[in-house]
Amino acid sequence: MKKLLTTTALCLAMPLTAMAADKPEALKIGMTTFLTGPASVFGVPARDAMDIFVENLNAEGGINGVPIEVTYIDEGAGAEALTSEYRRVAETEGAEVMLASISSGNCQTLAPLAEDLKVPNLMWDCGTQRIFEENSYDYVFRPQGNATSEMLAAVAYLLKTHPDFETIAVVNQDYAWGRDSWDIFHNALKVMKPDVKVVGEFFPKFGAPDFSTEISRLQALRPDVVLSTSWGGDLDTFVQQAYQRGLMNNSTFVLPLAESSLERLGSSLPAGHIVGARGDHYFLHPERRDDADFQSFMEQYKEATGDIPVYSVFHASQAFAALKTAYEKAIADNNVDWPDEDQLLAALEGLEFQGLGRKLHLREDNQGVESQLMGTSAQTGDYPFATLENIMIFDGEGLLPPVGETSIDWIKGLDANYVDGLTVKTYEN
Amino acid sequence: MDLTIFLLALFDGISYAALVFIVALGLTLIFGVMRILNVAHGSLYAIGAYATVSLTGFLLSLGFAPVLSFPLMLISAVLVGVLLGGPIEWLLLRRIYDKPEVLQLLVTFAVFMILEDVQRLVWGTQPYFQASALQALGNVTVFGVTYTVYQLILLPIVAIGLLLGLRFFLRHTVIGKLILATTEDREAAQSIGIDADRVFLFTFVVGAVLAGLGGALASPTTSILPGMGADMIVLSFAVVATAGLGQIEGAAVTALLIGLGRSFAVYVWPEVAVLVPYLIMVLVLLVRPQGLFGTSVARKI
Repeated sequence: MKKLLTTTALCLAMPLTAMAADKPEALKIGMTTFLTGPASVFGVPARDAMDIFVENLNAEGGINGVPIEVTYIDEGAGAEALTSEYRRVAETEGAEVMLASISSGNCQTLAPLAEDLKVPNLMWDCGTQRIFEENSYDYVFRPQGNATSEMLAAVAYLLKTHPDFETIAVVNQDYAWGRDSWDIFHNALKVMKPDVKVVGEFFPKFGAPDFSTEISRLQALRPDVVLSTSWGGDLDTFVQQAYQRGLMNNSTFVLPLAESSLERLGSSLPAGHIVGARGDHYFLHPERRDDADFQSFMEQYKEATGDIPVYSVFHASQAFAALKTAYEKAIADNNVDWPDEDQLLAALEGLEFQGLGRKLHLREDNQGVESQLMGTSAQTGDYPFATLENIMIFDGEGLLPPVGETSIDWIKGLDANYVDGLTVKTYEN
Repeated sequence: MDLTIFLLALFDGISYAALVFIVALGLTLIFGVMRILNVAHGSLYAIGAYATVSLTGFLLSLGFAPVLSFPLMLISAVLVGVLLGGPIEWLLLRRIYDKPEVLQLLVTFAVFMILEDVQRLVWGTQPYFQASALQALGNVTVFGVTYTVYQLILLPIVAIGLLLGLRFFLRHTVIGKLILATTEDREAAQSIGIDADRVFLFTFVVGAVLAGLGGALASPTTSILPGMGADMIVLSFAVVATAGLGQIEGAAVTALLIGLGRSFAVYVWPEVAVLVPYLIMVLVLLVRPQGLFGTSVARKI
């Protein structure tokens, strides 16, 4: 009885004394990423980069003396395995923060789960704009932009560089991203350049090995612009086949995810096509390439993997920077050794942080405001693959609907003057 | 639809059908002779592609001419057939010919899963692209639309060559006749002195070589990446089932049907292009459950 009373008393006293958490031995975090499957073209580089970030920070003594430990969870194992692993890492392994995920479908599954488990979750790479437009979350934050900002930047760059095009065709992967991204792009075109004619809409199967028929059809249709938001092997195959058959001489390609394929495409991506990077992500970022931290990371990454980093590496850097900055801010704001969860969540609200790109901040709906880099492919001979010229970096603020509005409704209310109102910086290369 | 578009869709359909046929050919040959549905066929296809890309990349880096990639395709296919197909038959399948069909399916499926991970171990997860063979042949322009000679001319020629070659081989050579005899009645064949084990091993290796050759021939046209084998096994199974299991000429006709159906769909109604092979399969099997060219036989079990 005495024991029970003591325990009760202790429990009652707990909320009063829990002003700060004890410094843990290590800050455990879980990160979901594709280690298998087609999307491992993003997942594996992001993991490799994360290892470098963690190693560097731990070598400097971690966050306030606490080293970081990452557990990786494979998104390629399927939604069911993913959720149970996520739960295990967050609950049993005691991860303080989770980073999830690459796939938009997985983000939509895991965001409510993070809320249930009360574990702060940084949505580090997925694109869907629906997360914060259809729900509001206390534990979920997104240290990056979303599909709306990415597609609007592509539309804006296309209209700025090719104001006179008349026809467009689309070849997207047949799944949520391919459909949703075209929905945003198409709606934006309709209000910003209503006279454009859509001459073909193709949604070949996700992972299709052959686009020959679509390419023949496009050659017969002769559209001024061909849009494809495909990525990975699909994008490589489509561009290679289009290049082999001369389609790229007749039409301008708009490829909002091609930054991640530049190295693999080599000389098959000729000059003059529009390339996007899902944010201001580019291994020759014009505003960042002379900075010491940027250069030293590029060297470390090259040494570790032999490749140039793609956008998922930048997204990982942003999530890592948000994590580190939030902990440091919570520690400083509350003058504690280690923040408790509420202090960490408070620090995340409206957080400003910087990864390998420009500075970002989180809005009141926890959506990140991320600048968008677009460019035109050029084969300069400096690299055995295409690099970018006529680069524009759009300020992220104008590319997102106001808090509380949904993207499609907001876009439908825009007009032809929208593009001129955007804040943009232009660089030759 | 005017004549030009009709012809363009026809060309696309034929070149696509050629590739599908080559893979389906090996699958249906193995089934026809051995009564085994080899799910691992998809992996052999993928490994044929990976091997070609690696070998070609290696030789090109040594400074050899791109034309050399054609014999390399054949070499890769034979390597796949002998080094993988041989042991699979000899070590695994030989033990389960008299076991239930479900078990046979599970064993080949297990091999498929193992080989999928082997690919990932050896070649990693990043896509490969090696198109020097295709570029070496150049392009041809028809009605203002540019095609690659490789896809429009070479692939259909190889497919027709394989079809005729296999027909000739089975009907007019001694080994072919031994295979046919074993297919007809294994016990009777053994009683007249045919070594059925060797016939099966030989057939399986030939089927595996065809899978590898399909992958090798596909490699210059597409990204080589994990998962490509799974896609191909599903499609070629659709072809084989529609044709009637074990029907070689039937597989050719069905591959053409599916190829043309798909390419016309892209021109007329792109939304359903993905569905077309399976729609054709469902329609055919509803009317003729034994397949277009299949004959109804007493079930094995």
